[in-house]
Amino acid sequence: MAENEHDLIDQKLQDLNNDGVDRRGFLKCMAWAGTGLVWTMSGGIPVSRAFSKGYGKDAGKGADFTFVQISDSHIGFNKPANPDVTATLQTAINKINAMRHTPDFIIHTGDLSQLSKPSEFDTLDQVLKGASAKQIFFVPGEHDMLTDNGEQYLRRYGKSTKGTGWSSFDHKGVHFVGLVNVANLKAGGMGSLGNEQLAWLEEDLKGRSANTPIVLFAHIPLWTIYPDWGWGTDDSEQALSYVKRFGSVTVLNGHIHQIMQKVEGKVSFHTAMSTAFPQPAPGTAPSAGPMKVPADQLQRVLGITDVNYVVSGRSLAVVDSRLGDSGASASENADGPLAAVDSSHG
Amino acid sequence: MTRNNLWIGGTAMPVLIGMLLLFAVSPSVTASEQPSATNAAVKIDNFVFGPQTLTVPVGTTVTWTNSDDIPHTSVSTEGVFRSKVLDTDEKFSYTFTKAGTYPYYCTIHPKMTGQVVVK
Repeated sequence: MAENEHDLIDQKLQDLNNDGVDRRGFLKCMAWAGTGLVWTMSGGIPVSRAFSKGYGKDAGKGADFTFVQISDSHIGFNKPANPDVTATLQTAINKINAMRHTPDFIIHTGDLSQLSKPSEFDTLDQVLKGASAKQIFFVPGEHDMLTDNGEQYLRRYGKSTKGTGWSSFDHKGVHFVGLVNVANLKAGGMGSLGNEQLAWLEEDLKGRSANTPIVLFAHIPLWTIYPDWGWGTDDSEQALSYVKRFGSVTVLNGHIHQIMQKVEGKVSFHTAMSTAFPQPAPGTAPSAGPMKVPADQLQRVLGITDVNYVVSGRSLAVVDSRLGDSGASASENADGPLAAVDSSHG
Repeated sequence: MTRNNLWIGGTAMPVLIGMLLLFAVSPSVTASEQPSATNAAVKIDNFVFGPQTLTVPVGTTVTWTNSDDIPHTSVSTEGVFRSKVLDTDEKFSYTFTKAGTYPYYCTIHPKMTGQVVVK
């Protein structure tokens, strides 16, 4: 990256810290690549702010509730990019358990396993059992439906869901919808929700007050990040048309193993880091395969996402924190010195 | 984005041309009734089937090998063949006994497509 681009990014970050939401120009995406945090800018309206170290100490304070998103655990993966994905998932759970405010629940946005093997799901269950938050909501990733059209996944993680694993629930005034966009994928396409699920979603949202904050979560991004690598969902536009009338919509995805965010009107999109291994920023590598980083840097490119919800402002603050943040004082900064808070204002 | 596309084209084309030349001069390519026992390979590397179009004579056994750190599949779009999930270095073979064009894709990463042309 060119020197002046760095300067521009620094300047932008500074500006955003100073004047927060009033600034024109929104942060189109923020991605980890190698050892650096890369911000890419483009025109629009800002709803995101970068926070400096220390924010994490107060994350969750004053919030009505907090939940945590984890993603892409890929239990069973054992290649050089991360030979021990169980240990890094455990680190993520330890980080959640060390949070000052116990989150109300955890959302796992898919790719629990590498190869949909029973033993992989067993290992995942074992680690998740140790989480302080007892309720965990899941959506499947493509790795969880490899062998049996997702039957085993549904048996284990989708008992009360519909179709291939979609469902919705309400929590303290917020409506959450888990969507499945990894089933029945068509040759040449990207992620897909399918007509049956879209019809269900339309029905599910119908009649809800436009003041209800909506959180959509799914494995593959519901916005097109990089079609060449299939990082998008073919029929996401249809789904997003159903949430247009709502004042606050937050979309949480995984799949791409790095943080990216975008704000479009009242919809803010966010992808989470993996607990297993990083993937390259779009177009920076020949393919989306696992990115190998030196062992001592691995935990800096893995992480969890905390989301704090405050009723008064109808806002959701999304805080990403890396597993490797301030190792020695992990509990002190448990919920994340990082990096980015993304507030969507209703 | 464009660079990536060019890169894929740049690697696939010479291989494809090479395969075509190989079969053009191969003595095993005959119009005999008995399918000749030829073999051909498709390498799955960096989320790409290489070559993306493979042209082979009737009777050829095509073997797909996954060289990625991520699992892939090779599944006929028209239901003719379907591999199991191929983890790193795992292989899948299918023998093509009828002429035709066989498009296929990776069901896990559907952007990955290829075809086998059997003549």
